[in-house]
Amino acid sequence: MELSYFAIIIGAIFVNNVVLSQFLGICPFLGVSSKVETSLGMGAAVTFVMALSSVVTWLLQTCILVPFHIEYMQTIVFILVIAALVQMVEIILKKVSPSLYQALGIFLPLITTNCAVLGVAILMIQKELTLLQSVAFSVASALGFALALVLFAGLRERLEFEEVPVAFRGVPIALVTAGILAMAFMGFTGLV
Amino acid sequence: MKLIFDGIIKNNPTFVLVLGMCPTLGTTSSAINGMGMGVATMSVLIMSNLAISLIKNIIPDKVRIPAFIVVIASFVTVIQMLMQAFAPALYGALGVFIPLIVVNCIILGRAEAFASKNTPFDSMLDGLGIGLGFTLSLTVIGSIREILGSGAIFGIDLGIGNYMPLIFVLAPGAFFVLGYLMVLFNKFVKK
Repeated sequence: MELSYFAIIIGAIFVNNVVLSQFLGICPFLGVSSKVETSLGMGAAVTFVMALSSVVTWLLQTCILVPFHIEYMQTIVFILVIAALVQMVEIILKKVSPSLYQALGIFLPLITTNCAVLGVAILMIQKELTLLQSVAFSVASALGFALALVLFAGLRERLEFEEVPVAFRGVPIALVTAGILAMAFMGFTGLV
Repeated sequence: MKLIFDGIIKNNPTFVLVLGMCPTLGTTSSAINGMGMGVATMSVLIMSNLAISLIKNIIPDKVRIPAFIVVIASFVTVIQMLMQAFAPALYGALGVFIPLIVVNCIILGRAEAFASKNTPFDSMLDGLGIGLGFTLSLTVIGSIREILGSGAIFGIDLGIGNYMPLIFVLAPGAFFVLGYLMVLFNKFVKK
């Protein structure tokens, strides 16, 4: 597939934003994003894990699954790899950089069940990207995730000072806000 | 019987527990897609609940979660292959969300909260109830989006397609419809 890196990156950040147009990673999007700071932390942790997992899953797919014709094992292998990877990152960070661990620590266990990580890994295999393209794609997707999270957190910080009708409080108003944000992102359609 | 009804109303996974939001938003662009996703998830849920409650005494407590994930992933792979063989159109429409059933928090949540503590038969019923609740919510959301967005239901054209705002079958519509349905649910059912 002939795709320039520019098209991949812009496409993944804006046009096909993981959260707002692909609906991946909605749980942390709704759960974590009530403060700008925490959503920055979550975004950073996801970017880190996604970049790593894209390299590992790509290598596994091309070096093991395809040569042995066991592509149907993809789902099982990928989820185990991601879970193991998250554990490893957690242990390594704890040893090597305690300050970074302090900042990202609480978000790491949550990432295993973040469907954006598995989703992006599967999508990049489906798109038949090369290794470098996959890395570009997954980092850009993660940046898109972080962008959506931070923007949304900013909106929700404002919302806290508004008087919201009782039935709307909590998740419903967040969903409506997300809908408006998604509409704004639709403006990017056709950019790439 | 009570287990099944609890799953549909009192513990409705979508509107009350707010779990499994990604497939809820991502696959409900039409009624049939929503229902397909619901049924696929329900099948995995029933089988994984059954399997996990059967093997719950053999699994050491420390490796519980990875073991659950492997069981769930195996059933997802089975469903994936079955759908590819017997419902290729639906498989194409749902795309990446089929393998993503693995990370659906509803399934792991029920494995942890119910199947690892109860008998196999009760766990199956719980899976059926929660699965039906999920399928029902997805079908309702899918129908509303399909009617509002393309003027059809289950693919049957109602002849009003030209007057309907397309936005409801696109991404923002998913957020709006789910948000307002939750408001209605809060207002009339939860009291």
